Amino acid sequence: MTQRRPRLVVVGNGMAGARTVEEIIDRVGPDRYDITMFGAEPYGNYNRILLSNVLSGAEAEDGIFLNSLPWYEENGITLRAGVEVTRIDRFARSVHAVDGTTTPYDKLVIATGSVPFVPPIDGAHHPRRGFHQGVFTFRTLDDTRAMIRYARDHQRAVVIGGGLLGLEAARGLQQYGVSVTLLHAAGHLMNAQLDATGGDILRRSVERLGIEVVTKARTERILGRDAVEGVRLADGRTFAADMVVIAAGIRPNTTLAQVSGLPVERGIVVDDHLRVLDEPDIYAVGECVQHRGQTYGLVAPLWDQAKVLAGQLTGTDPTAAYHGSRTATKLKVAGVDVAAMGVTAPERDDDEFVVFAEPRRGVYKSVVVRDDRLIGATLVGDVSKVGFLMQAFDRGSPLPEERVRLLFDLGGPPAEVSAAELDDDAQVCNCNGVSKGALVATVAGGVRTVSGVMDATRAGKGCGSCKSLVGQIVEWAAGGEVAEDPAANWYVPGVPMDKPTLMAEIRARGLRSVSAVFEALADGREDAKSKMGLVSLLRMMWGDEYVDERGARFINDRVHANIQRDGTFSVVPQMKGGCTTPAQLRRIADVAEKHQVPLVKLTGGQRIDLLGIRKEDLPQVWADLDMPSGYAYGKSFRTVKTCVGSDFCRFGLGDSTALGIAIEERFQGLEAPGKLKLAVTGCPRNCAEAYVKDLGVVAIEGGRWEIYVGGAAGAHVRKGDLLATVDTPAEVMTLTGRFLQYYRENANWLERTYAFVPRVGVDRLRELIVDDVDGLGAGLDERMAAAVAGYRDPWRERDTPATPGQFRTALPLVPLPAVPVRAESSRS
Amino acid sequence: MTAVNGGRLVEHRIGPADDIPPGEGRAYPVAGDLVAVFRLTSGQLRAVSAVCPHAGGPLADGLIDAEVVICPLHQHVFELATGCSRSGQPALRSYPVRQDPAGVVWVSAPAARASAPRVGGDGR
Repeated sequence: MTQRRPRLVVVGNGMAGARTVEEIIDRVGPDRYDITMFGAEPYGNYNRILLSNVLSGAEAEDGIFLNSLPWYEENGITLRAGVEVTRIDRFARSVHAVDGTTTPYDKLVIATGSVPFVPPIDGAHHPRRGFHQGVFTFRTLDDTRAMIRYARDHQRAVVIGGGLLGLEAARGLQQYGVSVTLLHAAGHLMNAQLDATGGDILRRSVERLGIEVVTKARTERILGRDAVEGVRLADGRTFAADMVVIAAGIRPNTTLAQVSGLPVERGIVVDDHLRVLDEPDIYAVGECVQHRGQTYGLVAPLWDQAKVLAGQLTGTDPTAAYHGSRTATKLKVAGVDVAAMGVTAPERDDDEFVVFAEPRRGVYKSVVVRDDRLIGATLVGDVSKVGFLMQAFDRGSPLPEERVRLLFDLGGPPAEVSAAELDDDAQVCNCNGVSKGALVATVAGGVRTVSGVMDATRAGKGCGSCKSLVGQIVEWAAGGEVAEDPAANWYVPGVPMDKPTLMAEIRARGLRSVSAVFEALADGREDAKSKMGLVSLLRMMWGDEYVDERGARFINDRVHANIQRDGTFSVVPQMKGGCTTPAQLRRIADVAEKHQVPLVKLTGGQRIDLLGIRKEDLPQVWADLDMPSGYAYGKSFRTVKTCVGSDFCRFGLGDSTALGIAIEERFQGLEAPGKLKLAVTGCPRNCAEAYVKDLGVVAIEGGRWEIYVGGAAGAHVRKGDLLATVDTPAEVMTLTGRFLQYYRENANWLERTYAFVPRVGVDRLRELIVDDVDGLGAGLDERMAAAVAGYRDPWRERDTPATPGQFRTALPLVPLPAVPVRAESSRS
Repeated sequence: MTAVNGGRLVEHRIGPADDIPPGEGRAYPVAGDLVAVFRLTSGQLRAVSAVCPHAGGPLADGLIDAEVVICPLHQHVFELATGCSRSGQPALRSYPVRQDPAGVVWVSAPAARASAPRVGGDGR
């Protein structure tokens, strides 16, 4: 008879629960226990610390997942995501879930984490709806998504709570153009970690970011009946706001333990084996736990606990015991580096207290020393000494006689020494609990790249503040033999070559299609993420000889229109230089009426955008328009914006309109590594915004023209660099062609000119393109001419679709368009 | 992550295999759900639910390789064989799919639900 495997049930799929299971599998493999995990949130396991990055847009949601759903499957774990456990029956040894199921266990781990602490504030709750609409807490991915959605169309936010979470929320919300006021009940920011001086210096840094900070602010009431209108403090002051985020701290989530009759004080009471008091088979781990009177809200103690618990549950280390953690923390708060450990101020008469403050630079450092041992340290704005201080704090190692050396490196080479100085078990990554020894061992095991070590150990994959130290340690451990991360230089992730090598191979082997490239250069392994970049490259290299495979194109390039959020498309006809005619306008108006186009919109590139077109209607819309494509959807040459120039404008110095039209006519639709937006402006007043375009031309006094390259005015704003000043429009055309071709041939995939130009350097570009020192000019001109000659308006595909069902709808169940119809613009 | 839970599987006729070009997908209403059927470059077929659980993106319009489809709206990644997400989204349904010797594609799904789906024009 086969023996039944013991059943391990884990309630909580957060960082503590999942880490415990990982530690168990690391020790004994996935088959020791029959594992079931319950998670209240309907997702795999993600790094909660990084939610502030998601909020600020610094990281995509994908980037924060620690264990994807396949991981659970591979390890035979039954994941009950989105299923809340309502009660533990400790006599029947089973858990009851909200969906009515009962799951028996042999060993139970409670890892329910924390819940946001919401102070009693009148009006925070709606009598029927839970939280008032417009009032948020900041704990889960759903909270974060909801905040992002709401922030997009609201203007003023109040964040209640000036601790870590509150500061992160405030900083994140700013990214959506929301003006933020931070209300903090205590006298200074981060009062749990910083002393008053440190808190004040942090406050100055935060205020410099444009966040209004109000301390000693006890929020009494949220104002507004149906929508949030503001908040009122206990002292009567009011602050206008249309959204409120409550980030006043966390409390252990003990509801389940409480209703199940387990011992709960502030947290679930556990012993040194993390066993719940008097319960032989129930354990608890993480933020929901109270151990020796202490609860923890940081990640490092949780890793320690997970290790001990795994040692217990697997029997691999029955003596493993948790003795509590000395919490040292290193964070980036709202863009400011902060580290804190131990006490914040001297407590006895003979405690030494060394302080340095430089408010103008936002730097504050203090250490507290007792009996020659470090018992506390606070660093704001400059945390270069944190590695050394944490080590001294953790193990009470000897301190330098000159105490100032605790705060500064005085002479001597700093970085390499500090990497070498650290002990092997010094923790480098506090988010994921990775020691220096683990990093060194990984390097010794043959991983020679910083990113490879980071992938293998997960060091630096939390808040990211330790990345530079990880880099230093890897370099030091590899003895200077750090390999550059090869993948970082690959043109696309699925073919292991940089662009010049790839182009040489493609040319040498005559690879004319995307599948041929995968076949010859990637062991036949297709990679969806690489296809778009390869299509662009092959079309640039082969022109007419390129063998098209429709499936390799992004949808926009399959149907020559830009996909919108509801699956409809936007249609932008060509309007060279932003010039149009009454006849053209009349035709566009007719098309908009005939097809009931929901939104007609002027674009930033001086064209007219018809939005909300269904895929199946595209060919008819193009036929009715009978205008060429404006290419407002591809990684390609898009538009040339112009001003009215010398014909009409009394300031105009050159005929910018005519030149803009000529440029657009010549280079229309050319594919490139990134999109290309150009402009020609008739005088330095810059009405056409030529200084911030991929290539901008400016007419100046004396009939001359300046050419700027590498400008941008998107998420990244950069003034272009002056490439050349020339005498004639013909020279502008030549140099434009050369620059565009050089960019097409040499830029990495999706590398916009604003990154490419500074990488190569404008001086070098001028040598190559204008002075032609390497004799590239003729070749660039020739290849560009060939590309220009190959132009074909893609909207002619309306007559003969390229593939069966090219314009077949992909979403027939949804009534389209799903975007709002703006009646004014379509039905007038 | 399995195709169906409970209920009898019924094969639904999708249409001629030639309608799905290699390396691309097309969407079909099947038994009240919308199914994206893909033809891998190897010629094999895969079928998963056609609407991205993240924001409703049209998966049949996504780029694919032998293993995954990438949603065209926000680049979420799903395994074609299992429907599992590699980017933290809920899983898609996956459906058994085959091509018969006559060149007709069949998708296995539970018998149609009571309410018929609303179907838009298919544009051809």
